[in-house]
Amino acid sequence: MRQTAIAVGAGEVARRESIFHTAAARKFLAFGGLIGLAVIFSLASPYFLTVDNVIGILLATTVNGVLALGATFVIITGGIDLSVGTVMTMSAVVTAVLISVWGLPVPLGLLGGLATGALAGLVNGVAVSKMKVPPFVATLGVMMAAKGLSLIASGSKPIYFSATPVVQSLTMDSAVGSIIPALPVPNAVFFLFGAAVVASVILTKTILGRYAFAIGSNEEAIRLSGVSVDLWKASVYVVCGVFSGLAGLIIASRLNSAQPALGAGYELDAIAAVVIGGTSLSGGEGSILGTVIGAFVMSVLTNGLRILSVAQEWQLVVTGGIVIAAVYADVLRRRRQR
Amino acid sequence: MANAGPHGPSGTTQQASVSCEPVVSLQGISKHFPGVLAVQNVSLDIRPGEVHALVGENGAGKSTLMKVLAGVYRKDAGRVLFKGREVEIPSPRAAQQLGISMIHQDLSLMPHLTVAQNVFIGRERRGGLGLLVDDRRINGQTEQLTALLHVPVDPRTRVSQLTIAKQQMVEIARALSFNAEVLIMDEPTAALTATEIEELFHIIRRLRAQGVGMVYISHRLDELKQISDRITVMRDGRTVDTVPAADVALDDVIRMMVGRTIYQSAPAEAPAPASADVVLDVKHLRRGNVIKDVSFQLRRGEILGFAGLMGAGRTEVMRAIFGADPPDSGEIHVRGRRVRIESPADAVRWGIGYLSEDRKRYGLALGMDVEDNLVLAALHRFLAALGWVRRTATRSAAVRLIERLGIKTPGPQQLVRNLSGGTQQKVVVGKWLLADADILIFDEPTRGIDVGAKSEIYRLLNDLVRQGKSIIVVSSELPEILRVSHRIVVMCEGRITGEFPAAGATQEKIMRYAAARNGGPAPSAAAGPVST
Repeated sequence: MRQTAIAVGAGEVARRESIFHTAAARKFLAFGGLIGLAVIFSLASPYFLTVDNVIGILLATTVNGVLALGATFVIITGGIDLSVGTVMTMSAVVTAVLISVWGLPVPLGLLGGLATGALAGLVNGVAVSKMKVPPFVATLGVMMAAKGLSLIASGSKPIYFSATPVVQSLTMDSAVGSIIPALPVPNAVFFLFGAAVVASVILTKTILGRYAFAIGSNEEAIRLSGVSVDLWKASVYVVCGVFSGLAGLIIASRLNSAQPALGAGYELDAIAAVVIGGTSLSGGEGSILGTVIGAFVMSVLTNGLRILSVAQEWQLVVTGGIVIAAVYADVLRRRRQR
Repeated sequence: MANAGPHGPSGTTQQASVSCEPVVSLQGISKHFPGVLAVQNVSLDIRPGEVHALVGENGAGKSTLMKVLAGVYRKDAGRVLFKGREVEIPSPRAAQQLGISMIHQDLSLMPHLTVAQNVFIGRERRGGLGLLVDDRRINGQTEQLTALLHVPVDPRTRVSQLTIAKQQMVEIARALSFNAEVLIMDEPTAALTATEIEELFHIIRRLRAQGVGMVYISHRLDELKQISDRITVMRDGRTVDTVPAADVALDDVIRMMVGRTIYQSAPAEAPAPASADVVLDVKHLRRGNVIKDVSFQLRRGEILGFAGLMGAGRTEVMRAIFGADPPDSGEIHVRGRRVRIESPADAVRWGIGYLSEDRKRYGLALGMDVEDNLVLAALHRFLAALGWVRRTATRSAAVRLIERLGIKTPGPQQLVRNLSGGTQQKVVVGKWLLADADILIFDEPTRGIDVGAKSEIYRLLNDLVRQGKSIIVVSSELPEILRVSHRIVVMCEGRITGEFPAAGATQEKIMRYAAARNGGPAPSAAAGPVST
């Protein structure tokens, strides 16, 4: 009986899959969870669904969301990147140094931030693919080094964009709000959605995305197919680095400064968002849509618990529980499929 | 199809192509691995439009030889001629571009990608800017390929959702997409059902009619007559002979596989009395597709040999009894009591010890010393309060075992990593003795052990049964099975196909049962009880 039910379900999944390249079932879990949380919190507090609060949630998701986008690529190859948080900070610091200390034009500064992220990703990628250092260790090293370099470059002090207000207005102004005053959604939110669309196209439509899935699925098989696994694996870490760099620009702009002490711990939030979104830590499976949903689950949870005046310490405990529950639900789903 | 052009019906070309020049000619190929000469000076022709079967016992060198041709391994010596021209094949990709594709025993597909993405992996059609992948084109091409095979598979389906048989078709489609002129199949039918095998044979015949030269590695001798044109037998890394399939008897093939020297069972040192108690009684064990209704008994003081070809399900049965992969159904009785074994811990409690075929991975902690390894499974007996380990007690237990088993080590403090394979095996035995196991399951006990140490292991087995232990030996080496066992059980495809006393048994007899599909022994079965 169960067999036939699964077979029918699988057919449907296969058809819908071509749109987002992942099993609809896994996204449904995360998406259902997100809706469930929203319903619970809006019942518990009338404030939860106000425009202000929803915009707050959207804004709070941007940095973690962009970091998680990059981490998704690495995790799909079966790897892990612990350096996304401090690389983000390093990118912010480099941008601030270029603009506020060296006085370079803003676009050059922003480009410098992205390049910093790409470079850090390249170091990760070469260490993992060419030097065969396990991803956990390679990116742990880069995580520490990036933190140190941020402190050195900034003299351990925040650097403000006092002479260039345009930096902050990039993300904190609201292009939508200037047209529809009732909806003052800051630009940062659209950076997240734009980045997600780009990431989704890379993952599902390009050769890089294809090989990321293939490497996570069966690395030996793709090697025997004559694909240069090292090159593509390194490229995946570079892509992840670029997204970390973008997150660095967003956080620098939001805070109107580079805060060199920030960044540690962000990598774990990013990984949690990816995992809640249904991407498998053993590689080969995952989706950008899932990751975005996962990032929103995290920020809705934080926001809702805060509205309900749950102490911050307890917020952490609940978030931890949710991460484990999300992955356990996925484990159960797989077991049933087998 | 567009290519069904002016060449007329493909059937008529078959006769002509068989007599052609060989498409591949292997000459004097040798391949070493550290410590083993896997293939020695082997020559072999593959003609267009023939199915060339390659048979031999486990480890005869069939797969190694074919992996050299497919670019997975580099040859140490010899020449490969492709259509009369000498070629170097440095990589699988180079082989594929020549038109040589191999379908490996463990399929090399990426389960999370779609059928089309798998077929064209590494050769994606690039769309816009050379960056985007154009799945529509490869989907269309894959559809054409599968239509050619008359296998309806949606190219957009994920491979993980296909049956093993369909996955194999994907591999064949991938080979065809390279315009393969030579197709090597390693045990293609091992995981297929009877109807699926028929479908595969259909496709093989169609490819043959199109002039594709095929190498067919198989353990299933009864298939060879059906599908192959020529049979090459390999033994110990060499070719024994190549014969036309039409006029050879399978008994002759079996004789060539096992060699001229007929190993008879050495008289067991201490024959187990048939009246001894049954210590292990396994009834109707089943698990998925790999264990199909297996029942057998093990008596006190007996060595029961489990013979069979690779993939026959012997290790799976042992792992099921040991609780490593619990069975779906069936009963296990230990010393007359029905027991539930759901984990190795349960098995150990009932006195069952399992010595894995991969002792370095599953049997030993290589970085720990002999003493620690010996007491590992019985540590609870050496505990004082608060989990404190009584070192003097473990030391004296270790010293006693080292003496009793003749473990060659400078002392109990020696790291197991530094011991020879045979000595390591004894440490594992010692571990189980200390854990009070009296049913010992040895899976490939002499794999990777040199000849001298082998006979010592055999002596150890005999010592153990004399002390009242009962032993199951799983081995792929027929001489070994014949030498150590009192009784032999032969498995094939998850079933027990034969059971007989070792006295008077021969390698040929075991081989016939091991290659027998669906229960019955293959041609000219010796009279003997077949328990199913």
